[in-house]
Amino acid sequence: MVEPILEIKDLNISFFTRAGEIPAVMDFSCTVMPGETMGLVGESGCGKSTVSLGIMGDLGKNGRIMSGSIKFKGKDLTQISDEEYRHLRGNEIAMIYQEPMASLNPAMKIGRQLMEVPMLHEGKSQSEAADMVIEILGAVKLPDPQRVFNSYPHQLSGGQQQRVVIAMGLLSKPSLLLLDEPTTALDVTVEAGIVELVKELAENYGTSMIFVSHNLGLILDTCDRITVMYSGEAVETGSIKGVFDQMRHPYTKGLLNSIPLPGADKNQRPLVPIRGQLPLPHQRPRGCNFGPRCDHFKADICDAGDVHMSVVSEDDRHFSRCERINEIDWDAPPEEHIISEPVKSGDVVLDVKKLKKWYEVGGGSIFGGSRHLTVKANEDISLQAREAETVAIVGESGCGKSTLAKILLGLETSTAGDAVLSGQEIGRIAVNQRTSRTVASIQMIFQNPFDTLNPSQSVGGQIIRTLEKFKIGDNTEARTQRMLELLDLVKLPREFATRMPRQLSGGQKQRIGIARAFAGEPQVVVADEPVSALDVSVQAAVTELLMDIQRQSRTTMLFISHDMSVVRYLADRVVVMYLGHIVETGSTEQVFSPPYHPYTEALLSAVPIADTSVQKRRIVLEGDIPSALNPPKGCPFVTRCQRRDSVPNDRCNTEVPKQVKLGDGHYVKCHLAQDIFDKMEPVIVVNSKRSDQKAPSQPSA
Amino acid sequence: MLRLLANRFGAMLLTMLCLTLIVFFLVNLEPNLRKLSISQTNMRASDEMIERWLDYNGYREPFLERYAQWLGVMKKQPARDVDTGEPKPRFSFCDEPPVATYSGILQGNLGCSTMFRQPIHERLLPALQSTGILMFWVMATMVPSALVIGILAGMREGTNTDRTLSVVSITSTATPEYVSGVVFTVIFASWLGWLNGSAVTATTQGVSVYNFALPVMTMAIYGMGYIARMTRASMAEVMTSQYIRTARLKGLKFHTVVLRHALRNALIAPFTVIMLQFPWLLTGVVIVEVMFRYQGFGWVLVEAAGNNDIDMLLSCSIVSVLVVLSTQMISDIGYAYLNPRIRVR
Amino acid sequence: MEYVGFGQIVLGILTQLIPVWIAIFVVMGLSWTFHRKLSLYGRIYESPAGLIGLFIVFFWLFCALFADLISPFDPLEQFAILKNKGPGVIEPTTGLVQYLGGDKFGRDVFSRMISGSQIVMVIAPAATMFAFVVGISLGLPAGYYRGKIDSILSFLANMVLAFPVILLFYLLVTPGIRETALPQSMAGVFFIFPILFFGMLFYSRFRERPQKLMWQLAIVLIFGGWVYISLVFDADPFGVLSLEPNELNIFVAVVFASSPGVFRIVRGLTMDIATRDYVAAAQTRGEIPFYVMLWEILPNARGPLIVDACLRIGYTTILLGTLGYFGLGLVPESPDWGTTIKEGSRLLRLYYHPALPPAIALMSFVLGLNLLADALREQSLKD
Repeated sequence: MVEPILEIKDLNISFFTRAGEIPAVMDFSCTVMPGETMGLVGESGCGKSTVSLGIMGDLGKNGRIMSGSIKFKGKDLTQISDEEYRHLRGNEIAMIYQEPMASLNPAMKIGRQLMEVPMLHEGKSQSEAADMVIEILGAVKLPDPQRVFNSYPHQLSGGQQQRVVIAMGLLSKPSLLLLDEPTTALDVTVEAGIVELVKELAENYGTSMIFVSHNLGLILDTCDRITVMYSGEAVETGSIKGVFDQMRHPYTKGLLNSIPLPGADKNQRPLVPIRGQLPLPHQRPRGCNFGPRCDHFKADICDAGDVHMSVVSEDDRHFSRCERINEIDWDAPPEEHIISEPVKSGDVVLDVKKLKKWYEVGGGSIFGGSRHLTVKANEDISLQAREAETVAIVGESGCGKSTLAKILLGLETSTAGDAVLSGQEIGRIAVNQRTSRTVASIQMIFQNPFDTLNPSQSVGGQIIRTLEKFKIGDNTEARTQRMLELLDLVKLPREFATRMPRQLSGGQKQRIGIARAFAGEPQVVVADEPVSALDVSVQAAVTELLMDIQRQSRTTMLFISHDMSVVRYLADRVVVMYLGHIVETGSTEQVFSPPYHPYTEALLSAVPIADTSVQKRRIVLEGDIPSALNPPKGCPFVTRCQRRDSVPNDRCNTEVPKQVKLGDGHYVKCHLAQDIFDKMEPVIVVNSKRSDQKAPSQPSA
Repeated sequence: MLRLLANRFGAMLLTMLCLTLIVFFLVNLEPNLRKLSISQTNMRASDEMIERWLDYNGYREPFLERYAQWLGVMKKQPARDVDTGEPKPRFSFCDEPPVATYSGILQGNLGCSTMFRQPIHERLLPALQSTGILMFWVMATMVPSALVIGILAGMREGTNTDRTLSVVSITSTATPEYVSGVVFTVIFASWLGWLNGSAVTATTQGVSVYNFALPVMTMAIYGMGYIARMTRASMAEVMTSQYIRTARLKGLKFHTVVLRHALRNALIAPFTVIMLQFPWLLTGVVIVEVMFRYQGFGWVLVEAAGNNDIDMLLSCSIVSVLVVLSTQMISDIGYAYLNPRIRVR
Repeated sequence: MEYVGFGQIVLGILTQLIPVWIAIFVVMGLSWTFHRKLSLYGRIYESPAGLIGLFIVFFWLFCALFADLISPFDPLEQFAILKNKGPGVIEPTTGLVQYLGGDKFGRDVFSRMISGSQIVMVIAPAATMFAFVVGISLGLPAGYYRGKIDSILSFLANMVLAFPVILLFYLLVTPGIRETALPQSMAGVFFIFPILFFGMLFYSRFRERPQKLMWQLAIVLIFGGWVYISLVFDADPFGVLSLEPNELNIFVAVVFASSPGVFRIVRGLTMDIATRDYVAAAQTRGEIPFYVMLWEILPNARGPLIVDACLRIGYTTILLGTLGYFGLGLVPESPDWGTTIKEGSRLLRLYYHPALPPAIALMSFVLGLNLLADALREQSLKD
């Protein structure tokens, strides 16, 4: 019998604050075998990060392990001394977490920071350590390891920094590697690179890993086993295939139903959000934590007392914390979808033609002498949006989507080109010069729900102020009435009108943001990644709300996102941007299956999908997104394109591609020849049979 | 980096120009001129005599001309004897060239002190030297102790050590020099008799602990508190940052973490703070030198101001502005140098 | 001369201060009972350092309020026989005790210390408030617009900050200056700021509601105009508000020296807050820049600004003490702490009882403010 690397039994961790003791992790058990990758999935506040910090023994001043054991290679970590712990850290157990820039010492060169590890734990000399470091920098696929060795952290890109951090973790060949949301702060295509790296390293070095994330698809891609956590407890655990194919906990199932998978469709098969809210740590319900939100809740069974893990499959080590495992019909479809008719789009409402925006950077000092650098944020942008249509603008950081949004809303003015809203030119007119009617006609929903409301004003007051600026309502009473109606529209209780923003949760704040955007009955609403900062279970509810309102009011929506799954779910048309250019545009079907531009291909491949029946072609881009200050000559994508060798005469490096028409309303900006386009295959294939489609690197459980 | 330097230097020159112009304006206001002429003639001079004196000594010429002359960009006309018309120096204690020449700041001529009856530089330079000695000892005492207190407090944020040290720092920021001077003199000179309550002997016989410790302590206390607080804040912020967590999770010992990782980043902010304390130290110098009768720069300034010694006041303002602006510049440059994000592109 | 013993001095002082103790007890006791409902102010009560600081500040506040009640002697009255007599000496004719002794003119040190607090309480907070209005009015546009406006304003602020404070005072706060128009013109400029500030505050928010706006602007102009004329030109038609010319001098000099510091802080905060989404949301609904600055940015900067205000009142107190120490501005008989310290330190080695009490008084007041500021900073971070 092989000994598990890590065996956690009945772990209880609590935090001690001014408000008293708050249990963060309760009755948590988990086993990781050598060479295995265990995924820990849950939303914010579920305790997954606390578990990894508990393993490292870094709970801070206020945290304490109350009971339970953490056995690492047989030794109980809760019982060892600080000195012993110090020897384990960085040596046998290493940890990597979210923000790579913050994880590295900004005042120390990379090489020096990394050399500390072997010098400390293995007693290597300086030159030996330096060699080891350069070797591992190469192993994490960093170009030019010598240069990286002599650089400071801020000189590297986000993806490169995270590779350095991973290298630092692997330097002394630990037996266990903890990764706490290592890719959340990175762009999607960069994330794909890191994911591939992690999988390769697991194979080559045989390291066991614990991968903590909130993204089910990511866990599916990288891990062998999975543990789902909810509000401090583990609710389901098992092998990837076992859990995904045979979900045995209502929460896991609910999570899956609220993620836009390839099979979902906003009209035929809409997302089903999990109702209710995450309980606060000191207000957990009696019995099953998930009870109040569960569709299968039965009084006296589910709230009688503490619920323990029950066995689903002994061979697979598949357990679930549900009292009614055998009673619930797991294959039944979720309760009535509300199937709606697809909405027919109307006339063109927004017409953008060859829009250009160039920024001057540097300057403003009295003595001039500024370097005149130009950021070419938007180049030659043309798109059309019709009434009641949802147009998705897809791209990663630096692609210019935020700039486009700012120009449309009047926060910036265009350098050249037109942007016409219902016959009115708006691209060259700043918001202060627009009429209130125009201002009310195009509004925005912002990305960060925690910053979208003024903390010093009441929620209702802010909506009323918006109405005032839009000149809606003749007096305060009329406006107050309309404000209450708006609260009804976003399904919030009317009492919220007098509350302050800090009393609302993230999802509720975003609903107010939606109410504010729709206050003036706009023709176009620009939604800038409105749900990406919210928890998964809340995302579905807010997305559905947005879709409902749009359907009723026939508003045009410009949905900015980098998440292709969400885009596929709700967009009618898609515009793909890269480094200020539109590289592909068309209807959702045209762009997605198959994708024609190499960047679209890579984007589609990069997004993790939480469905075992989906087969995905793996395309990983090398390098990072170039800086907008110094774009490549020729095609902007040339530095990373996986197909540039298929174009003769090195055209990609010298010539900016022209728009090529591939179909009705479908355009691509690429040099590739037509016959290559004709042979393009879809990146994602949904198999109806859920048989043995597995990702290749999957050791048997 | 060079561009940064040039920019700052240009700003500094412009500031100096503006400031000296303002001081020149203030110093030549009517009431101040009256005060000057009264002190130079006699207490019971009539208005007519005052007017004549001012006119004779060239104080009635156009304002900007006089400023330009003082700067050294316009030629200064020699004063002429009323009866003979021969060039005669305005003051008996200063030489003046008999022909019109450029003799202003840019030529290194600081002018004539009406209060001390000497050329400015004869009075000012030794005074600056004395103050320099004082400042040296103050910095030598203040900076290390402030840094140590700040680092210790920030390292162990929230503990009793931190709280005690913080209270000590806060108390010392509440004691300006005239308060600490009084308290220390009472304790050390009157009650205990260990130290000399006056620093006059420091100029005459030389510096010693006995006659110099009190002024140094008095000045050091006020600045120390503020620097310690800033250091503590910076240190506490660094200690809770992610990269310190990384260092800890690599398995490094606590003192290695502090010395090698934390300090390097935590000391950037205090460095700039120390440099920016100089303007306040200038005020402190004045108070301390007056209180302990130490004839340094501050003492000279107060005497000059009390008697509206125009040239001396102008020279003192140049010195202080120069000190303040150069420390600001050093602070900016130092920050850019210490912070790799700015130094290395 | 007859003296009372040490114990009786202590008891006597404590008894004299009874009105102050009562006032503190009532105010702090009530606040403690309701402290949970009193937002930031109430949270001070949860920090021991904050409580001590608040106690000290209240102590001096009530001393200033009740100064006439608790001082046994008139602060300006001289008693030739009590010159430099030590603490506890009994004044023969009235039988009252000079608890802390007599200064070089025989005046009661204790009473002078108490009235010194009045001067501080009147000038320091008011000057700080004005410095805040000026600093905020200039710091908000500098941080919001950036570019040329920011460069020019920052240059001016740096220039004022580079100016040695002591030189500034010597040149500005002399009796002779009163003959020029300088102090009045500076006051004229500074005192406009509050009117402009409040005017813009109401205009930016209520310009869509003209009726309400008219009333508000009328009140601002009338009230502000009255204060302006009374203080700057000393021409109050009601004779209620007035400032001595030298007090105006001091006021103007102190405001001038403190404003750049506030400017810097506000500018930094503005640049930080302007990046938030709710500011962008306000801009996209067509708000004018001054609305965004005054109603979206400023209210959310109030935490650090309140902390700075406490510290700055302490800083202003120290500035006032410096002025008094050099004999600038206030009359030589004035009982303010700076002047009394200076007078007392002439013969410090022989008699230290005249200089020590005002020194300790000043230090304790500033200490109290600093402790308060520290507690506020900690509590506002815990939000």
